[in-house]
Amino acid sequence: MKLAITSRGTNLDAAVDKRFGRAPHVLIVNPDTLEYDVLDNSENLNAFKGAGINTAVMVSGCGVGVLITGYCGPNAFRTLEAAKIKVSNDARGTVRETIKEYTAGRCRYLDDANVDGHW
Amino acid sequence: MIISIASGKGGTGKTTVATNLARAVDGEVRFLDCDVEEPNAHLFLNPTITETYEISIDIPVVDGSRCTRCGLCAELCQFKAIAVLPEAVLTFPELCHSCGGCFEVCTENAINRGKRTIGVIEKGQLNGIRFRHGRLRIGEAMVPPLIAAVKSCKQFAGLTIIDAPPGTSCPVITSMRGTDFVLLVSEPTPFGLHDLKLALEAVRFLGIPCGLIINRADLGTGDTAAYAKRENIPILMEIPFDRRIAKAYSRGKLIVEAFPEWVEKFKALPAVIDRIASGRFPGSEGERE
Repeated sequence: MKLAITSRGTNLDAAVDKRFGRAPHVLIVNPDTLEYDVLDNSENLNAFKGAGINTAVMVSGCGVGVLITGYCGPNAFRTLEAAKIKVSNDARGTVRETIKEYTAGRCRYLDDANVDGHW
Repeated sequence: MIISIASGKGGTGKTTVATNLARAVDGEVRFLDCDVEEPNAHLFLNPTITETYEISIDIPVVDGSRCTRCGLCAELCQFKAIAVLPEAVLTFPELCHSCGGCFEVCTENAINRGKRTIGVIEKGQLNGIRFRHGRLRIGEAMVPPLIAAVKSCKQFAGLTIIDAPPGTSCPVITSMRGTDFVLLVSEPTPFGLHDLKLALEAVRFLGIPCGLIINRADLGTGDTAAYAKRENIPILMEIPFDRRIAKAYSRGKLIVEAFPEWVEKFKALPAVIDRIASGRFPGSEGERE
């Protein structure tokens, strides 16, 4: 099962971005092999409305089971929930460090959005 | 004739001018308070509200059994009010601007019309003034459809006065659009002048003749008056910064009630406005053409 991690850059050593809808990139990672794909989120980063919803729709098409980010608003959370993607707000440091935490089983999941809309 | 009253900056005296004008003029008056986010003209006019009704807009309700997840609706929606996922379609009614596009593009007849209540309209009367205002539902963000509903009433032979909200965005444009004249109310402060310039740009964009009332006219500098002169905007009235006026206002009293000498000044406005609106006043748009 693949992970989605919001990131400022395009490789595993890039810093995570704690914002979900407004993160410049989303890395889709296989935690076992560390193979990854990069999703360019610049369109949503600059979107007038619905950045979180759109990013969630984009991620939902990538066979992802878990999203690790920092902050997730209500509309994005609802969309991710409908796509059966678990959401964790434990993104810290680099993408690689965040994957390590996940593999070590130290990831906690949200039951609901952890910030308001238009946060 | 329909006169809308706008300002750019808030708190310059739109409602003061609108309510005093409504009370002072002879003949039948219709008063439409379009500041639906915080209507306050009723506090000064005290109409008896006789009718209240809800206004709602159409929103999409997706029939999951017919939907093929083709995504046309989500692609069209500029406000992301529909999200199409591999196994589900979600709608976000609070983001919907009710453009109706999703109903049109759906080839499967899978989108039905639902309703979202955006607010209420209250109608009332008081000696010769037909009063209407809108109250936006708390938490609602879609203002223009409610303003359009406040404005959508029968043809009326008398004077219609529209109290617009502050700013220069969609709610203000919706309030001013289709009116015969925009009465701009400003104050001679840097903020007042800054926002007056923006408001004038919007008025000119709509191509509506306008005039200016300077409130608290003896404050600040002469920059606002000089600007009006430069831009060929007739100054139709100056209201002084008078503690007695402020005091009456704070008690919900109109200037024309507290100081009868103002009745004639407000009463004279519609005739002057009519002359400018029909291009028979120096500096009006009509004359320049």
